[in-house]
Amino acid sequence: MNRLALFIPLSLFAVLTLILLLGLDKDPTELPSALVGEPFPAFAMPSLQDPESLVTQQDFADQVVLVNVWATWCFACRIEHPSLNALAEQGVKIIGLNYKDQRKAAQLWLLERGNPYSFNIYDELGSLGIDLGVYGAPETYLVDAQGIIRHRRVGVVDKRVWEAEFAALYQELTGTTPVLGATQ
Amino acid sequence: MKLLLFLMLVLQSQLLLANAEVVEFSDESLRPRYQQLIEELRCPKCQNQSLADSNSPISNDLRAQVQRLLEEDLSDQQIKDYLVARYSDFILYRPEVNQTTWLLWGSPLVFVLLGLLVVYRLYFKQRPSESQSHSQSQNSDQISPEDQQRLDSLLTDREPK
Repeated sequence: MNRLALFIPLSLFAVLTLILLLGLDKDPTELPSALVGEPFPAFAMPSLQDPESLVTQQDFADQVVLVNVWATWCFACRIEHPSLNALAEQGVKIIGLNYKDQRKAAQLWLLERGNPYSFNIYDELGSLGIDLGVYGAPETYLVDAQGIIRHRRVGVVDKRVWEAEFAALYQELTGTTPVLGATQ
Repeated sequence: MKLLLFLMLVLQSQLLLANAEVVEFSDESLRPRYQQLIEELRCPKCQNQSLADSNSPISNDLRAQVQRLLEEDLSDQQIKDYLVARYSDFILYRPEVNQTTWLLWGSPLVFVLLGLLVVYRLYFKQRPSESQSHSQSQNSDQISPEDQQRLDSLLTDREPK
């Protein structure tokens, strides 16, 4: 018994090493989301295309949508854009949240790069961004037909991320399986 | 002339510094609370800085939001709850005790208890064996009569005359 007790420090050390080793694989910039499982926050904001008209969460009620936070000043959004175009072509409904951007520049961006969005929320001051807990574009939320946020991705959605984090859940919610090519 | 120019430049630069960040409150009593809150809240983007230290755009926005909420007469706890609901416990430098953080808060206590246990084992558990060896040495203290005589003679020799 006493001889076994001598191994306690060693085993504690082994456990600690294992925990720290697993910690190495975690991305420290990835924050746990407070909003997964919660309803998408209510909002009423101007649309990007038409400053006169207001859009609200009712505009995508009863539908499974991706809400994508983007801006023209966001470099990674450039890389992500082709993926969004490809998903939209396959029938995925994507709502844009144009975050702390300039209206003109954002409109031009959509003309030049294609417009994958059903519509865009123009969040000039980032207030909806704060309600969503946005801390950097791009971010993508999967919202189900009940308006509940089911998944959140901070960073670019590409083929790898779509397959690992979105595809199965999207299939479960809609019954369709959009795919992304290797270049997207 | 040069002195005047120098003075003007020096004063000008101080004006610019003072303008770096001016936060206006309707009630000055909010300022210490604001200062304490932004030092206790963590910038979600820059990880190892508080909102007070960070210059990132999101920290600017969140500072402004904290100020707005203070003006709206929310308590410190309500403001923290507001931000935790959006940014998770991560935003707090002193996370509250809950399901995910009890281990974090509890571990120092566990380690202190473990340490006490080790001390107890090292110190108190050795006493029986120690007293055992003590009694053994007492046995060996009983010296033979010849030795005792020798010792007595030595001691008397040494006594001052």
